[in-house]
This record gives sequence, structure tokens and C-alpha cells, in this order.
Amino acid sequence: MRHKLKIILIVILLQCTPAIAALDPAVLRQLAAEESDEKIAAIEKLTQAGDADALRVLKALSEDALYLAAGRIVEVHGERIVDAQTGDELKPAPQDREGISINNRVRRELGNALARMRLFAPARLTRLAAAQELLAHVESDMAPLLSRALARETDQEIKELLALADAQLSLKSADVPTRLAAVKTLAASSNPSIKPLLVALQDRNAEPDERVRLEAQSSLKAIESRLAFSDNVGRIFSGLSLASILLLAALGLAITYGVMGVINMAHGELLMIGAYSAFAMQTLFHKYLPAAQDWYVVAAIPFGFFAAALAGMLMERTVIRWLYGRPLETLLATWGLSLFLIQTARVVFGAQNVEVANPSWMSGGIQLLGNVTLPLNRIAIIGFSLLVLLLVWVLMNRTRLGMFVRAVTQNRAMAGCVGVPTGRIDTLAFGLGAGIAGLGGVALSQLANVGPDMGQGYIVDSFMVVVLGGVGQLAGAVWAALGLGVASKFLEGWLGAVISKILVLVFIIVFIQRRPQGLFALKGRFVES
Amino acid sequence: MTTPVLLRFLEATPKKGWLAIACLSAVIATMLALHLFTPDGSALHVSDYAITVGGKIMCYAIVAVAMDLIWGYAGILSLGHGVFFALGGYAFGMYLMRGIGHDGVYQTSLPDFMVFLDWKQLPWYWSGSDHFLWAVLMVLVVPALLALVFGYFAFRSRIKGVYFSIITQAMTYAFMLLFFRNETGFGGNNGFTDFKRILGYDITTPGMRVTLFAATAATLLATLLLGRYLMTSKFGRVLTAIRDAESRVMFIGYNPLGYKLFIWTLSAMLCAVAGALYVPQVGIINPSEMSPANSIEIAIWVAVGGRGTLIGPVFGAFLVNLAKSWFTVAFPEYWLFFLGLLFILVTLFLPQGLVGLWRRLKGGAA
Amino acid sequence: MSITLSEAGQQWEEAATSHLLAPGELDLSHKVILYLEDISVSFDGFKALNKLTLTIDAGELRCIIGPNGAGKTTMMDVITGKTRPDSGTAFFGQTLDLTRMREPEIADAGIGRKFQKPTIFENHSVFENLELAMKTDKRVRHSLFSEIDDATLDRISDTLKLIRLAPDADRSAGRLSHGQKQWLEIGMLLMQEPRLLLLDEPVAGMTDDETERTGELFRSLAGRHTLIVVEHDMAFIEQLGGKVTVLHEGSVLAEGGLATIQADPRVIEVYLGR
Repeated sequence: MRHKLKIILIVILLQCTPAIAALDPAVLRQLAAEESDEKIAAIEKLTQAGDADALRVLKALSEDALYLAAGRIVEVHGERIVDAQTGDELKPAPQDREGISINNRVRRELGNALARMRLFAPARLTRLAAAQELLAHVESDMAPLLSRALARETDQEIKELLALADAQLSLKSADVPTRLAAVKTLAASSNPSIKPLLVALQDRNAEPDERVRLEAQSSLKAIESRLAFSDNVGRIFSGLSLASILLLAALGLAITYGVMGVINMAHGELLMIGAYSAFAMQTLFHKYLPAAQDWYVVAAIPFGFFAAALAGMLMERTVIRWLYGRPLETLLATWGLSLFLIQTARVVFGAQNVEVANPSWMSGGIQLLGNVTLPLNRIAIIGFSLLVLLLVWVLMNRTRLGMFVRAVTQNRAMAGCVGVPTGRIDTLAFGLGAGIAGLGGVALSQLANVGPDMGQGYIVDSFMVVVLGGVGQLAGAVWAALGLGVASKFLEGWLGAVISKILVLVFIIVFIQRRPQGLFALKGRFVES
Repeated sequence: MTTPVLLRFLEATPKKGWLAIACLSAVIATMLALHLFTPDGSALHVSDYAITVGGKIMCYAIVAVAMDLIWGYAGILSLGHGVFFALGGYAFGMYLMRGIGHDGVYQTSLPDFMVFLDWKQLPWYWSGSDHFLWAVLMVLVVPALLALVFGYFAFRSRIKGVYFSIITQAMTYAFMLLFFRNETGFGGNNGFTDFKRILGYDITTPGMRVTLFAATAATLLATLLLGRYLMTSKFGRVLTAIRDAESRVMFIGYNPLGYKLFIWTLSAMLCAVAGALYVPQVGIINPSEMSPANSIEIAIWVAVGGRGTLIGPVFGAFLVNLAKSWFTVAFPEYWLFFLGLLFILVTLFLPQGLVGLWRRLKGGAA
Repeated sequence: MSITLSEAGQQWEEAATSHLLAPGELDLSHKVILYLEDISVSFDGFKALNKLTLTIDAGELRCIIGPNGAGKTTMMDVITGKTRPDSGTAFFGQTLDLTRMREPEIADAGIGRKFQKPTIFENHSVFENLELAMKTDKRVRHSLFSEIDDATLDRISDTLKLIRLAPDADRSAGRLSHGQKQWLEIGMLLMQEPRLLLLDEPVAGMTDDETERTGELFRSLAGRHTLIVVEHDMAFIEQLGGKVTVLHEGSVLAEGGLATIQADPRVIEVYLGR
């Protein structure tokens, strides 16, 4: 993406921007110097020039396409060899040439330089990205560049960013009103790296002026509150994505637990089956449909659903059905199933975690408020779980199967009497619950490691969701998943993962004391017994 | 006005179980005698290794009986007994760690892992741990307190069945995480190891091995006798009544809370004692003992042997653990398949375990 | 076993006089043993009990009838502490507030309950079922060290004879027939020595002969004990001969003798449909 933009940018720059001044050959020669410091100085000078030719040369340098041939600097683009100074093709091509290599430090400087130069790109998004990048490390020598960019910039958002960067520079000004104005401008920032600058200004020795000190204090407060806000937004968001995974895991469990009153300890392994389905699809696409590689996830969804559903129905038919009315034994037998499945996964896929990559349309994220990025894969998963929730709701409330499942959940004997085929409903409900877990696994493969043991941690959490929400209650499961997901992310932020886990457990035990039937209780004469 | 029927009935009860307990004592005594009084090369000699393994498995057997008291008789499936076992082990392990004295790697009075963490003094909860009796007290009191508090809240709100099982599993998980942390002060990942002595005696001598074996055997037998007393008393009858029809028990005036709490706490303490005996025999305790899988494995020992019987769990613990030792040497990758199948097949086809099978065969033959 | 019912009643009377309740626990100074006032219970908007008010005098034998869903079982749940009412008061005697007590406390105070479906301890022997039910200190410590003494044995064997299960004493209760289970449960109730007995359809599944004997037993118990019997069997109710209360949609519709009730047009409408 970025790469493409760069190329477009260069082409446009080459066409539109007339060279302001020809490049200094001495500076170009300096690029080929032995010393890294020399090279950096040369890059700096080219950046100051800030024209299209300089950009072209720096770009070539960053792509390792710059060579020293017969005393001059040339760019090598495949067969074409171009004089770096003029941009004209050299014919005949010089025979001997020596590559200009750069180390990491130089590469980093080069990256910064290119970013600064992109401030003048015609594409708004490129300039925005460049301004954000620049704001992250403002240095004093940027002043002329910044004022030039500010003068040319028309976009309001980019202008604000540039103004922030400019304000950081102005902090060092000897002029009190300038500093005061700069401090005021900085109050609008949400960049954590600005905080130390303002903190430094609180010191009487560093900042002699009383008004500036006071202003710095209030700006600092403004930034801090904005940062706290965006931290919380970030937590809520990761809580939401945890909640959506929990919800997918718990929905399936809620159905099987509601219908049959048994806990399927192999439920986590059904998630694992879903996740390995995603891995299998990825491998198949890689081999046979590399062109459509990005869409393997879409194929993994039905595949994961049916693989897990099949496994679930098999479990029900071969084991769980025969343990009806003995929930504790079912728990043990399904634990056995889970051990079996885990070991099978180890034998088939190996004991190590396998890599499932996000398709390109799910990588990256949406930048929000400076320091919060919402990753696209998490957004996709939240959306996906909402979709699954909707489908499950429709299935449970608008179809005959759903009606039967609800009937058996409420009163198995009665449902049997009025002609509901309870045996078949058990199998189908189990398959459905397992399939939803499989979908959860596909979703999980986009966030977490995929390995034989991945499902082990989920059974307790998803059971907690079912308990909190109240058995057989879709709405309850949704609220419980949301509450648990968001609360545990917040607690993790404050107290660490272990303490938060313990607190959540304590909370649930206390909660069951108060409301043994969960948030959304089904009451009535059939509930107990 | 007692009818003959009643007399018959009353006389029949107290005999149950003596034979099995006597057989077990005989087997243990024979093992010990063969170990002590036959020469090393003799075909009858019981090796050092067998004694160590036997001692270790007897610890498991105690845990299995404890589990059976709560699951087999009271119908409460705990998936957290590994925690009580490990807590007992840690409580005694603290004493063993202090017993290392200045013989550790860093040769200070602090346990090595504390030196490694750059701690300057013992945390408050380590005080007293250098006294043997204090350690024994802690082995009993800490797990009992945990069980009492946890059980009180769980049973008071009538959490039962799978709810209770899952909550105990969550507790196990939380404890494992807690003990994996270095800051908790129990050696983090590595736990406690490299023990040197108990009560001033070297821990690695043959004499110590035999002593620990005998102590474990005595504890196991005492546990069985205690279990037998409880289960033939009215307490045992109330407990099984709670298992079968809890609401009926309440409506005839028993409060199940006290009964459950008593047996639950007792069971936890027995586990803890087993853990305390286990640690010096295997020479290590670490948080992996608290993994949820370990706790569930206890249930399969009981199920294989036969729950609701006292000798069954002892059998089960021996059989499953011998199978485990054999598998992990011969076919390590098949052990989990075997264990998984064992869970499935025993629950499906042997609901009363081996003891139940034996009774059925005996009943069929007669 | 050929024991006639009149003998059974006599035996019971003897047994009962020799095992009086500990005095002073229950205040019956106003002759009323159970007050229910304005009790309401609702499940998800459905009103199982709607401002139910009912008083039962000590020693009375009261029959409760009503169509399905009238709230009979819920009422028993409230009295025995299984369900907490949303509003209203329930007193046992003058002083014991049932809405604040837990099930075992209520049972201990002297309210015994027989469920619609016989609930006995199926894995225990008949003998053990009765032993567990017997009135005694039911706390853990007592159970740990208690021995079966002669008095207990006598008491159990009396009851065994009364409920005609003496030959089955060491059989496990799960193997009894349905009628026998009903009798065993009644026997357990008697072992509790309750002041108030709640009996939910006690003769369901019994033969006519068994039903009649049960009726006679109940009548012999009335006076010293208070009985509340929920039944559908009109002949049985007629045999019992006490006051009848009709419940409908969670409150009392009518109360009085059986004949009066049967003539009441509102009752006829409820039972026969509109």
C-alpha cells in the first residue's frame, strides 16, 4: 500500500514539480562516503533542498538502487542507468559500479527524511501520515521545512498537526509570547511524548516566566485528560473484542448446556477445530489458489462451522447421549474427549503453534486520537460475532428447529410428549452449538496463536458467561460477555492479568450468591428439580 | 420390639470393608518386609525404586480416597483438589526450603530463589516455617481455611453439580496463575527443590526413604479407617441422602450446609497431608501440580476404582498411575489417547468402577 | 401381614402419645397454627399466588383443591421455605416468621411435607429412610457420634408396622412399588413428629384399598396434628371430611364444607369451564 503510494507520489512529483535548483554534485558524492555521519549529513542537506530530484535520489538510496560509477552517482533501475544529478539516462551504461550500502542508523535517518519530504505530496493521506510521523520526533533543524509546509498546507487537520510540531520547536524560543502561544497550541495535542516537554517547563530554572509555567500546567492537564480518555477508549475496544470471542464461545455452550444440562469440557477443543480449519484453508489456498489467498478466511467460515459441528454431533451420538441425566460423568467423559482431540491435533499438526496470517484486508488499523489504533482484525471480529449473534437469534426465535430447541430447554419431558423429537433435537442442537464454537475458533485464529492447547483456557470463561447470563438466555449471554470482556480488560490494565482473573472469579462467586439463576433468570416451577 | 429383620440388618453393616483394608495392610507390610529383609540381588527383593514409586502412589491413593469422600459419597465433583494437594506440599516445602539453611547455591539464610529476586528478608508468611510443628500445622490449617471459606460461600448459595465443578476449576486456574508469579514468594515457575534434610536427618538416605514410605502407608490406612467410620455412621447416611435427594434432606430438617462443609474441609485436609508427604519423596513441588488437568485426573482414579467404595479409589490410583509410568516410558505420545479413552470408557461402561464390576461378577456367579 | 387399619390407628395413637413434641417452641395461644396473609409470588410476570390469605387452626384437617396452576404447590413452597414470597406474611403459630427461615429450620420447627412425586432416599434401605427422618438433633456433630439405641429401634419398628413395610425393612427403598413409596414417605413424615403436615396428593397411584386406609390414618392424626391435604380425588376428600378451601388463580375462591363448596356456582364455573 505505502509502497504503491510512494511510487505514485514520485511520478506525480516528477511531472508536476519543476526542479527548484539542480542538485549539488558534492552533496551527492557525500552519499557515497565511508562514514555514516557523512552520509547522514548529505541526506540532511538533500532534505533541506526539499525538491523532487532530492526525493528521487533519497528514494533510490532507500531502495538500494544508488551506485557509484566512474566517479559519479547513478541510479540503477533494472536495465536503465540514470545519472542521479540530472535524472537523465546514461548511454552507454558505465561498466564498473559499486553499490552504496547503508547501515541501520542511516536507514532510520533516511526514513525520517523521506517522511519529512512527503509533507509536500499532493495526496492528502500521504501528507497526513507524514505529518503524524514527523510529530512523533520533532527536531530543531526541521524549523524551515515546517514553516514551508505550514505555508503551503491547506488541509485543516494536517495544519493542526504541523502547528503542534511547530509549537514544540517554538518552546525553545527566547521570546516569551512565542513560548506562551506554543504552550497554548500544545494543549490540543494527544501525543504522550509532548508531556515531558511540558513537565520540563514547570521547572523554575528551565522556564523563567510565570505565565508560561502556569499555561504549561493547564496544557499538561488537558493532554493528560485526553490521554486518559483515549486509553479508556482503547481498553473498551479490546474489551469488546475479547467479549466477542467470549460470546462466540459462550453462545455454543449456552445452547448445549441449556438443552442438555451438561457441560461439554471439549467445547474449547471445538474452538481449536475451528482455528485449525482456518489454518487448513490457508494452506490449501496457498497451494492451489494463491491469487485468492486473501479470501481464505471467507472459505474457512463454513468449513470451520461444519468441521466443528460434525465433531460435536459425533460426540453427542457416541458419548454424551449415553450419559443422559448424569451431568458429572458427562463432564468427565467430555474431558476425556478433549484430551483425545488435543493429542490428535498434536499428531496431525504438530505440537508447535501454527501460523495463521491475517488477510491483507484485515491487517492494519484505524488510527484514533493520536495514540489509539483500532486494529482492523479486531473490528472485523466484532462485526462477525454480531452477525453470528443475529443469525443465532433468528434461528432460535424464527425457525422450527429453534422453537424445538427452546421447548426442550424449558421442559424436556413435556416437549417429548407433544411430539418434539428430543433425541434428534439433542444432536442438532449439539451440532449447532459446536458449529458456533467452530466459528469462534476461526475468529480466534485471526487474533491469537493456533495450537493444540488453545481451547483449554476457554471452557471456564465461557461457562462463566453462561452462568452470569442465565441459562438459555441469549440476551443474558450478550450482556455477560460484554461485561466480563470489558471489565477484565480494565482490571488487567490496573492490576495485572493474574489479580484481575482472581477478582473476576471472586465477583462471579459473590454474584451467584445474590442471583443464583443469572442475570436474566428463567423462573418458574420447572426450573428447579 | 425389635424384629429379626432389623437385627440382621444392624449386624450386617459393620463388617463391610474390613477385609479390603486388611488385605491392603498385608500388601504394604509385605512390600516393606521384602525391601528390608531380603538381600539386594534376591528375586523377592523390592527395590529402592519400587519403594519410592510405591510411596508416591500411596500419596495419590490418599488423595483419591479424599476425593471419593466428597464425590463418591456426597456427590460433589471437585476439580480443585490439586490445589489442596499442592498447598499441603508447599506448606511442607517451605519447611524443607528453610532446612537447606546455608547449603544453597548462594549460601545465605534465604532460599535461593529469594536471593535471585534480590529480596533482603523473608516475607511475613514465611515466618515460623523453620519449625517442623509449625509446618505441620500450616499443612493442615491453610488448605482447611481455604476449603472452609470457599465451601461456605459456594454451599451456602447452593452451588452444586456442574456449577460447583466449574467454579472449583476456575479456583484452580487462579491459584496456578498466582503461584507461577515470582512475586508471590513461592519460587515462581521452579517452585521448591534441592531439599536437604528433615528434622536434621539427611533426606536422601535409605532410612529416610523407608520412614517416609511407612508414614505414607500409615496415613493411607488411617484415612481408610476414618473414611470407614464416617461412612458407616449416621453422618455417612445423611451425606449419601444429600447426594441422592438434597431437597428431601432439607425438608426433614437437616441443613446440608454443615454436612457438606465438614466433608469438603476434611477432604481438603487429607489432600494436603498427602501433598506434604509427597514433596519430600519426589523432591520437588512447583505450580504445575495445580494445573486443572491434574485435578481432573484425580477424578479418573476414583472412577476407575469405583466411587462410593473406599478401597476402589486406592486401586484406581495404583492402576492409573502404574499405567502412566509405563506409557510415558514406552509410548509417550499415546498416553493422552489412553487417558482420554479411559475417561470416556469408564464413564460409559464402568459407572461403578472395578469394584462395581467385581461385585457384579460375584453377584452373577452366585 | 394382616394388620387392620383401626389397629394401625391405635398403634399410631400410642406411638404419638409417647413421643410428644418438646413443649414451648410453638405458640398456639390463639388456636391458629398457620397464618398466610396477602402472599404474592410471581414468576416472570405470571402470578402464581395473588394476595393469598389463609388461616389454619391447630388440629384441623384441611383439604385444598383447585385446578392446575391455582397455586397449590407454590403455596406449599412458601410454607416450607422453598420459595420466598414477593410480599405478604406467613406465620407458624404466633411467633415463627416462615418467610425468614430456611427449609431445615422450618422442618425442625415442626412442619413436615410430602411431595406430589414420592421423594425418598432410593439407595438407602427402608429402615435407614425412617432413621434419617426421625426427630432428633440433626446437626453434624450429633450425626457423627450417634448410635442407634433401643428407643430408636422401637420407634422405627412401630412405624414400619404402621406403614406395613416391616418385611421390607432392609430392602433398598428404590425397589418399592409406587404405593409403598407413598407410604414410606408418610412414615418418614410421622417419624419427624411434625405439628403441621403438608400432603401433596398423598393417594395418587394408590389402590382404592390403600386410599381408604390412608384416609383413616389421616383422620386419626387430626386433632393432635394439623394436616393440609392437597387432592383432586373428591371421594377421598369426602372421606376425610374436613373443611375445604378452593384455590383459583393464586387466591382463595371459596371455603367451607364439601357440600357447600360443591354447590357454589363460582367453583362449578372454575372446574367445569365457562
